[in-house]
Amino acid sequence: MMYAFSYHAPISLSEARKRFEESEDAAYISGGHTLLPTMKNRLAAPSDLVSLGQIEELQGIAVAEGCLTIGAAETHASVAASDAVTGRIPALAGLAGSIGDVQVRHRGTIGGSVANNDPAADYPSAVLALDARLHTSERVIEASDFFQGVYTTALEPGEILTKVGFRIPDTAGYAKMRNPASRYALAAAFVARFGDSVRVAITGASEDGVFRWTEAEERLSKDFSAGALAGLTLNEADMNEDIHASRGYRAHLAALCTRKAVELQGRLTLL
Amino acid sequence: MTTVSLTINGDRRQVDVEDRTLLVDLLRETLGMTGTHVGCDTTQCGACTVILDGKAVKSCTILAVMAEGAELRTIEGLADGDTLHPMQQAFCDNHALQCGFCTPGMIMAAVNIIERHGTDIDESLVRRELEGNLCRCTGYHNIVKAVLDVAGKLPRASE
Repeated sequence: MMYAFSYHAPISLSEARKRFEESEDAAYISGGHTLLPTMKNRLAAPSDLVSLGQIEELQGIAVAEGCLTIGAAETHASVAASDAVTGRIPALAGLAGSIGDVQVRHRGTIGGSVANNDPAADYPSAVLALDARLHTSERVIEASDFFQGVYTTALEPGEILTKVGFRIPDTAGYAKMRNPASRYALAAAFVARFGDSVRVAITGASEDGVFRWTEAEERLSKDFSAGALAGLTLNEADMNEDIHASRGYRAHLAALCTRKAVELQGRLTLL
Repeated sequence: MTTVSLTINGDRRQVDVEDRTLLVDLLRETLGMTGTHVGCDTTQCGACTVILDGKAVKSCTILAVMAEGAELRTIEGLADGDTLHPMQQAFCDNHALQCGFCTPGMIMAAVNIIERHGTDIDESLVRRELEGNLCRCTGYHNIVKAVLDVAGKLPRASE
């Protein structure tokens, strides 16, 4: 059983911030599909849980000025099913629909995934590859400044991620090799094309969490084809290793996923 | 203690719980509704699946207080007296259970598949939608058959 805590369900951002500040050791909870398992294992024991589920500013999906903006409390299921997402960035809808399983997608949220920055999470790769802007209760953070290593982001204590604004690319593709049991990414690549500029983000593979593969971007910017990546490899020493996959295997998978994401733009590809 | 108001299988209930109480423990421990099972308690096996506001969810990974105001349906709410729900009947007819431990979660997930997709479903959709429910006996084939049977998508022997 989890250690005892007090639960709060504020209906405004300011009330949530205030509750967080006034609590001894508070944590925000959205879908709870990372935090509650962590608390059940007693790896976290906040004194207070402040729910973000009732706050209007964290909801909604909108398109404006070349940008697709998704509220942080939107679930993976609602992103996957959104006409705005499937119409503008089908690879992003596919990504959302490939997280966990249907029950998990009914609860887990984009804000939770991005703010947690799990090294095997899907969304961080889309945030980097789609040059997203992270809107918070305090400011706007560029994607390039947001992720700061495994489970670490630019968010300050108490700061709330409210919306993720993705730049709408000409085309994008997401390819992933899943751990067959947990369905987290063993390695995955999000490849987005903006005119002559290409952005490639790799998740699941590195010891330091999500990263941009700049060498692949340079080649693809000149020649957008899987063939342009021939011979290009990631440094095995930078990869993660665990019981599921070795460093070498992850480096191989990340490169393979990148080629597949280039070949199969406009969709999700599961390897 | 916090008072949670919710509707369970059509009945309005008010229940006092500790904030740390999981939704599945509200059902099983507080209300004695033990039809919903706990298999893994780690969001993986799906034995605890219930339908919360029209969506299949894993009740081991939701706080009871998060269900405030919600409409909850569990395995106990499916049958009409002695008449089984069509999905329960299809599980019987198709031998879709052996030990039965995963069955309440399987059936709630399966009922929700039909609710969200209607009867326009095929085998690959059913298999994808059941990824969050583990069965260690059946090998899944007959479970998938049962869901397709309810949707009228099962070829009959006479056909």
